Amino acid sequence: MDENLLEVRDLTITPAGAQAPVLQDVSLSLAPGERVGLIGESGSGKSLTAQSVMGLLPEELRAEGSVSLQGFDGNVLAAKEKTLARMRSDLVSMVFQEPMSALNPLMRIGDQIAEVLRIHGEVRRGDIPGRVLDLLTSVHMPDPASARFAYPHQMSGGQRQRVMLAIALANSPRLLICDEPTTALDVTVQKHMLDLIAERVAAVQAGLLFITHDLAVVAGVCDRVSVMYAGRIVETGSVAQIFTDPQHEYTRGLLASSDLESTDARGKLYTLKTALSYAGPTEAADPTGVAGSGKEVASDDADEPATASTGEGLSTDTSAPLIDVSGVSKHFRSRGLLLRRRSPVRALDDVSFSVAAGQRLGIVGESGSGKSTLLTILSGLDRPTSGQVRVGDIRVESASSTALKSLREDLQIVFQDPFASLDPRMRVEDIVSEPLVARGMARDERLARVEEMLLAVDLDTTAMRRYPHQFSGGQRQRISIARALVTRPQILVADEPVSALDVSVRAQVLNLLTDLVDDYALTLLFVSHDLGVVKHLCSDVIVMKDGRIVESGSTEDIYANPREDYTRSLIAATPSLAGALASAT
Amino acid sequence: MSENPSTTSAGEASADRRRRTKLRLNSSMIIGGVLILLIVALALVSFIWTPYGPSAVDPVARLQPSSPEHLFGTDRFGRDTLTWIMYGARITLMVGIVAVGIAVLIGTPVGIVAAVFAQYPWGAWLGAVIMRANDILLAFPALLLAIVFAAVYQPGTGPAMVAVGIAAIPGFARVARSGTMQVLGSEYVRAAKASNRSVPAIAIVHVLPNIASMVIVQASVAFAISVLAEAGLSFLGLGTQAPVPSWGRMLQESQQFLSTQPGLALWPGLFIAIAVLGFNLLGDGLRDRFDPKMEARGNG
Repeated sequence: MDENLLEVRDLTITPAGAQAPVLQDVSLSLAPGERVGLIGESGSGKSLTAQSVMGLLPEELRAEGSVSLQGFDGNVLAAKEKTLARMRSDLVSMVFQEPMSALNPLMRIGDQIAEVLRIHGEVRRGDIPGRVLDLLTSVHMPDPASARFAYPHQMSGGQRQRVMLAIALANSPRLLICDEPTTALDVTVQKHMLDLIAERVAAVQAGLLFITHDLAVVAGVCDRVSVMYAGRIVETGSVAQIFTDPQHEYTRGLLASSDLESTDARGKLYTLKTALSYAGPTEAADPTGVAGSGKEVASDDADEPATASTGEGLSTDTSAPLIDVSGVSKHFRSRGLLLRRRSPVRALDDVSFSVAAGQRLGIVGESGSGKSTLLTILSGLDRPTSGQVRVGDIRVESASSTALKSLREDLQIVFQDPFASLDPRMRVEDIVSEPLVARGMARDERLARVEEMLLAVDLDTTAMRRYPHQFSGGQRQRISIARALVTRPQILVADEPVSALDVSVRAQVLNLLTDLVDDYALTLLFVSHDLGVVKHLCSDVIVMKDGRIVESGSTEDIYANPREDYTRSLIAATPSLAGALASAT
Repeated sequence: MSENPSTTSAGEASADRRRRTKLRLNSSMIIGGVLILLIVALALVSFIWTPYGPSAVDPVARLQPSSPEHLFGTDRFGRDTLTWIMYGARITLMVGIVAVGIAVLIGTPVGIVAAVFAQYPWGAWLGAVIMRANDILLAFPALLLAIVFAAVYQPGTGPAMVAVGIAAIPGFARVARSGTMQVLGSEYVRAAKASNRSVPAIAIVHVLPNIASMVIVQASVAFAISVLAEAGLSFLGLGTQAPVPSWGRMLQESQQFLSTQPGLALWPGLFIAIAVLGFNLLGDGLRDRFDPKMEARGNG
């Protein structure tokens, strides 16, 4: 390789009016046909780097340095919009994170692909329909001939991302930039998508710049990896080198905290702080060799007394399970245009399971599997169409409002999105004390409880007078956890509490949850699409698909010998460091 | 590189705060604010000092153009136009405040209640009925209501204010309802429900603060509309009655002298325009300021 396809030199970006650059001395090179991963957490500047390469930087940012591209004269940063437009049409394309907002909702997808071809102008008009079909076939779109006439909303997330890839590849670019292309997708779909991107890039011999926060994802796709932290590239190397012999401490920390299968001496996940003792990913998943704190509970959860810690808890017969769900179904009737009745959507279909006090149950499934609906029914926020739900003594499906009140004293929820679940106009002290207000507790006592709880989730008490927007995602999720635990519930229901967080923060929050579940003797219901997280945290797991329970049992059993194909495919699709490393080397 | 995650987030937070304070003012808000302050200042000064009394008639100096003695000229009875403009500002602001007050105090709760009812299976029809009644009210222009009021009671500032206020209710109800729906669908309201908060408590603690910005924007625009409506009603003789000075009636009285003394129409017209422009600009500015897209989420 005599000349690099992409050469970024000393790229420094400073927002207008700010002294400190948000991106500093970023240098990056990419040989023709090479696949480079750019890794970093949110706010590290990886998307800004990609935008600079595309010449898409917002006006108020001042960029210095140089970006040169094979086949393009001069510096991309200094180029005029007109020449940039030609560059984007001929040389570079991009696949974005959210396919729904990147596609025009009012245009058939065949027309959207055709439009790109028409603007590019290299395919003769008459050949365009054929080429569209070729492209859709090449991204393995099911039934490409009729898919041409579909609108974006009629497709699944994975299919839409396939369309985006088809559009990106329509002009046979030399460089493809993918910005978190699989973050919004389910695990099984993510696997297919990653394979597809690798395959297509190899087929058209384009270079690939792959941006992600997930180390496990990048390993299967890329040859080399650059790690970004706080606007700088801290380390660049081959995938194998980064994974086995990281030089920079941040890389080591990132690696350690992405690894959910290794724990330190105290049974905790590694975080950026404790990464020094991290030895590297364990080769080949060996279920007996994995020692997690979740596993210890697994053996003796059944005979743990239910009301041992909280005196004011639900009066439960110790022999009966704490939560009992039998034959629960929930149908949503969607109303079509002009009141035309459509067949009801079965969000839940005859779901039965029970949870003993002190048990940690993971509920795993892809989006649309009904796991969130199950949680809303359990917490009495919605009622099932049929079936029975019992939590303690309370029959949730027919509970009166006073019964629901006492249910909520004992069952609290942590929501998925820490940005949406906190009222932006309330102070942290008011947010956390809200469940206590509903109980009619005096203000002084409330504040004392809030203070205690904030300390328990590792926030200091100066946080009390501040507003949610002044906190990072991980800190907000801590606030959310504090709010859930401030009433000392017996049951904690967590709806994907870490899926919106960065990898490095995820480990911290998971450790915190583990501690709190132990300290407060909680029964945990943990919903997630991420099998790795569930495996670490839960003693038992149920796998859901299309509103039904596919398989259930103890976590170790399910992971060691899954009985159902679906479970197997979920396990296989979950990106893990060890697996990624094995495929990379 | 920092080992401590809280250091970076503290940095983010302070940057976030800087962005917020910088966004706080924009040019529409400043211009609008200055224009409104001018009108408010006129009204306030009129309580302490005016060049002449409002009913000080000077038969010698009738229909004068602008002069050092009468800065804005005089009308057909020789009354000072500047004095009348200053007194008129009071009526204009009072009508605006009372009309918008009526609309906010009735419209906003109606909208919130309609949205809250729509949450329950038993209340959906009630919410719908409230909003359709609201739509019916929307079909009555302020002018029509004022004519009815003037016929039933007698024409005057009071009935005119109430008519304009009632006509502005549907706007607030709609804004409040859509805002409430949005807030009620948010995850933090689900969290509040899971924390056992009652619906009225949620409406006060969560909904009100979060829709306040929308209501304020609507109030600013409604204020401009009611200034215009009052002027229009007074012009038609349905609003403020003689001898109380009002910009609308000044316009009407200036009609017959339009060719000989255009200044008589110019000044009240100009001040009506300033007031309307001021409130509209302020509304636009506030809208930009409160635009949720501009609110930094601090994760980008």
